[in-house]
Amino acid sequence: MKCEGKVWKFGDDIDTDLIIPARFLNVSDEKSLAENCFADVRPGFAQNIGPGDIIVAGRNFGCGSSREHAPIAIKGVGISMVIAKSFARIFYRNAFNIGLPIVESEAAVDVISEGDWVSVDLEAGTLKTENDSESFVIQAIPAFMREIIRAGGLVDYVKQRGLK
Amino acid sequence: MPMTITEKILAAHAGADSVMPGEIIQVDVDLALANDITAPLAIEVFYKLGTQEVFHKDKVALVPDHFVPNKDIASAEQAKTMRLFARKHQITHYFEPGESGIEHVILPEKGLVVPGDLVMGADSHTCTYGALGAFATGVGSTDLGVVMATGQTWLKVPPTIKLVYEGTAGPWVGGKDLILRALGLLGVDGAAYKALEFSGPTIKDLSMDQRFTMANMAIEAGAKNGIFEPDQITKDYAEPRSSRKQVCFSSDPDAVYERTVHIDVNSLEPQIALPHSPDHVRPLSKVDPVRLDQVFIGSCTNGRMEDLRAAADILKGRSVAGDTRLIVIPGSPDIYREAVRDGIIETLLDGGAVIGPPCCGPCLGGHMGVLAAGEKALSTTNRNFVGRMGHPTSEIYLSNPSVAAASAVLGRIGGPGEL
Ligand code: SF4
Repeated sequence: MKCEGKVWKFGDDIDTDLIIPARFLNVSDEKSLAENCFADVRPGFAQNIGPGDIIVAGRNFGCGSSREHAPIAIKGVGISMVIAKSFARIFYRNAFNIGLPIVESEAAVDVISEGDWVSVDLEAGTLKTENDSESFVIQAIPAFMREIIRAGGLVDYVKQRGLK
Repeated sequence: MPMTITEKILAAHAGADSVMPGEIIQVDVDLALANDITAPLAIEVFYKLGTQEVFHKDKVALVPDHFVPNKDIASAEQAKTMRLFARKHQITHYFEPGESGIEHVILPEKGLVVPGDLVMGADSHTCTYGALGAFATGVGSTDLGVVMATGQTWLKVPPTIKLVYEGTAGPWVGGKDLILRALGLLGVDGAAYKALEFSGPTIKDLSMDQRFTMANMAIEAGAKNGIFEPDQITKDYAEPRSSRKQVCFSSDPDAVYERTVHIDVNSLEPQIALPHSPDHVRPLSKVDPVRLDQVFIGSCTNGRMEDLRAAADILKGRSVAGDTRLIVIPGSPDIYREAVRDGIIETLLDGGAVIGPPCCGPCLGGHMGVLAAGEKALSTTNRNFVGRMGHPTSEIYLSNPSVAAASAVLGRIGGPGEL
């Protein structure tokens, strides 16, 4: 799986209240959630995403509440992948469960800037910056999580294995 | 093999003799929880799985608390989705307003969580139940939908950080200050993916209400769960509330911890978390006397009986400052009732507080006390992220209920000692 696009850069500890403020949680459909993605801190974010665009962030991305509405909003807005130094654990599970690709790379995040172009090859485990000027090895996704992705998300994974 | 309490509970639910940190295990779930915000998505997932029945109608709890009583038409529709699902599947533990309160307050109160349980909740503060010596963690709606269908989930066994509290807490210092201090030391991702075990001599005398406050905020350090070893205080609380089997696990003396952090509470002052992060913690004496537009006492962190009592002790014979609003929300109908009976509500009303119905209220900026641009608030809740309680330029400070009540009287951040 490959993702390629323009970078939207964020800092450390981006919490789920920033990703989708709670006042917008009175609905749960992807389209409405996407419209209000980062509504308070990056007004216009949702309206200016190009195909394949990528979020690059610091440590502890997605901390705070368990709202799955957060990765759903990010996916719904058209973001193809989130690259961060690290992810908060509930967000990490949620992203895999709904099929939003996420990868961790300390080194890459440090050199990537807002507006850069990056491409990521998940299978090969590589991340390249604009014009292939720099390339990074990304941390392998745990085998168990890879199975969930291969199945197409948790729902299909569970269905394929059969309910008890 | 020596194990921590967290490892023992996980092993018991995985049908294994022992588990090791890092191991991925499949576990049986004793209770699956969702609320009016997370249940609608979980229900969608549940149906996508093609299931007809929930795994056990006594082991699912659905609690309307975030936007209930319904704040608008959209939230009314979400509450309705959950209500209809609960009726269709004859969910035993579904609660209508009047009986309902904040999920993490009412579930222990009604005896739905007991020592030794494994609880998965579609709410990050599910970790609150660790106060009872249960393993409890928050997940998203997809995970929860799968649990509702199968009664199982997967977990990665976390390594444990042990917090050892030593010494005697001074006046106006409680569970909130003990956990805020730990957050200041650990940072918001200091316990990411890990278990936090609360221990030490100070903990032995802490009431259940104080322990709930502490376990509640384990997630604020990024932890998977926060846990206390059950003792007589736990048993006195849990046994009369449930006839289910209760298993009191404790950590082996030679259990392996990733790290041990000692916290001396002898000289600990009340703690304040400054905007915009719960780990941005200072002792009260080092915090500016910031003027306050609003003070909120409530939430799954500090909306319990002892919290209201502490607030009323301060407000007795005093009034809220003219330019400040005080909102108090009891966490459950039982707490509300007791507070009425004991005259606590009257004291709070006389002091100028507005009392809300048991629910999350302004904690997540949904309704009942949303902040305007630039407003400053002191709150007994657990998160002070940008925009958490309203406008993105508003600012939230976090404290314990005594300091919150004193600050409401002063109209600025200050301690009970100043009154
Ligand atoms: S009181 Fe606040 S933190 Fe607790 S469950 Fe409700 S919204 Fe979440």
